[in-house]
Amino acid sequence: MSPELINLIIQATGESLFMVGVAALVATSFGLPLGVFLATSGKGELYAAPRINAVLGVLVNATRSTPFIILVVAIIPFTRLVAGTSIGSGAAIVPLTIAATPFIARLVEAAIREVDGGLIETASSFGATPLQIVLKVLIPEALPGLLLALTLAVVSLLGYSAMVGAVGGGGLGDLGIRYGYQRFMPGMMLAVVVVLIALVQTVQTVGDYFAKRVNRRLRHR
Amino acid sequence: MNVHQSLMASLPLESFSPPPESVAAKVDAMVRFEGVEKTYPAYRGKPSVRALQNIDFAIPRGSITGVIGRSGAGKSSLVRLINGLEKPTTGRVEVDGRDISVLSGRELRLAQRSIGMIFQHFNLLSSRTAAANIALPLEIAGWSKVDIAVRVAELLDLVDIADKHDRYPSELSGGQKQRIGIARALATRPSVLLSDEATSALDPQTTRAILDLLANINRELGVTIVLITHEMSVVRQLAKEVIVIDAGDVVERGHVADIFTHPKQPITQTFLAEVLGDSLPVSLASRLQEKPVTGGQAVIRVLVRGDTGDTVVARLARELSIDVALLSARIDEIGGQRVGSLTIGVPGGDAAAAQVLAYLSQHQFSTERLGYVA
Repeated sequence: MSPELINLIIQATGESLFMVGVAALVATSFGLPLGVFLATSGKGELYAAPRINAVLGVLVNATRSTPFIILVVAIIPFTRLVAGTSIGSGAAIVPLTIAATPFIARLVEAAIREVDGGLIETASSFGATPLQIVLKVLIPEALPGLLLALTLAVVSLLGYSAMVGAVGGGGLGDLGIRYGYQRFMPGMMLAVVVVLIALVQTVQTVGDYFAKRVNRRLRHR
Repeated sequence: MNVHQSLMASLPLESFSPPPESVAAKVDAMVRFEGVEKTYPAYRGKPSVRALQNIDFAIPRGSITGVIGRSGAGKSSLVRLINGLEKPTTGRVEVDGRDISVLSGRELRLAQRSIGMIFQHFNLLSSRTAAANIALPLEIAGWSKVDIAVRVAELLDLVDIADKHDRYPSELSGGQKQRIGIARALATRPSVLLSDEATSALDPQTTRAILDLLANINRELGVTIVLITHEMSVVRQLAKEVIVIDAGDVVERGHVADIFTHPKQPITQTFLAEVLGDSLPVSLASRLQEKPVTGGQAVIRVLVRGDTGDTVVARLARELSIDVALLSARIDEIGGQRVGSLTIGVPGGDAAAAQVLAYLSQHQFSTERLGYVA
């Protein structure tokens, strides 16, 4: 493979990592509080608000059930509003974030709900405020689950980021489509797939490692 | 100014007017229930449930008081009313002279800091070390890092696990976890400690050690301890006063030794039977008949207490000139008093048995005629 092509791969990998990194960061900063709220706003819970909970639940499900490629196209006006353009890696961050936020929220919700209800009761009986319960009990206790959720989200985002290539999003997906498919370069296609596999594998391994490390339910000797 | 003092200072003036007259008002109470009823409203097609009714009692300051009941008797509701996690449907719940059932928000959270609580399943945070678990209520109360470190070291010493400072709960035994639970409950220097089945998940030896620790804490710190349990053995070992609840009602209450020797309710008797182990020896039980047997003995169970109990058989024999046989006996110390259950055989037919029963009831012993043996 020529040096130019290798350069292309490196550049595309950088774009993909940039899109996924920023989208994961922004989506987590929205998805984490949203997930915590979903997990604590049911009837009789910490921030009981069953109606808002139901509305948010429907909204989250609606976003999650929209196929990503349709979401990308459907929100182009919004993307243009936020990013100033609808083309390129920067613009692709917008739909990636919007798709990942409800995904992360549901994963966070599930991880928080795993925390033993007795611990909430315990902290309440000490006179903890709901916010103290979230920050000192729920999030630390759910941390292993939260890290696995984040790992899963990043892996999914890598897949999504390849898809935005189809609409001019840049990154590895874009490279694979334009060179591997349209110019019929099987070597390029293979290279793109191999890089993606390596990225996913790395993210998963790192995520698993940290999730295990913070899991104090396991014995550490 | 500690939490307790700040609570006192924030009390409105009218709180110091004499409390209303009631049965429970006479003692200096740490926890007082007055006409409490708790009904859970109907929810999703399930009918409403009345968990507690007509609850009136006072738990004396500095005491160790047992609250005993079967599961479903209303113990959990009782606990949640004391620590303010739930409000009574009617009536008032006072903790340390303050009606906790009318508090909410910040005031309630402040009051909750003077109530420590330990749990059956310990409820420790798996993500925190022993020391950090003990620090949790202090962090919640807004203590400084330095003060927390000093207090946590004190508490680890108090519960005798200073060497487990940096251990995570998953690395500790049940007894060690409960010691951390106790240290955590005492962290904010509460005036009352609620123990919700705290030893039910522990083996008998560990249970004994934990109960001894609680007794020490009560003696040395003067903390009022409320032991919620379904096991009479726990009450027997530790408590001076006991409240028996059944189906949401207080069915009996009083000094532990009194309840043990003069149980009035069937539910209390079944609790007692468990702890006294006063089931008859198998060989005797299999020979027991309902009708008198000529030349046989009437079998009578006597619940005895105090120093007079030890000599009851001797006095019976001497004063009534009847050769009373001792078929089985167990004498124990309960609530600081000697208490026992004796099963005696009385020869000489129904007349002698009646004489013995009359003598015993005249001397305030509870008796039960179990039957006859040949």
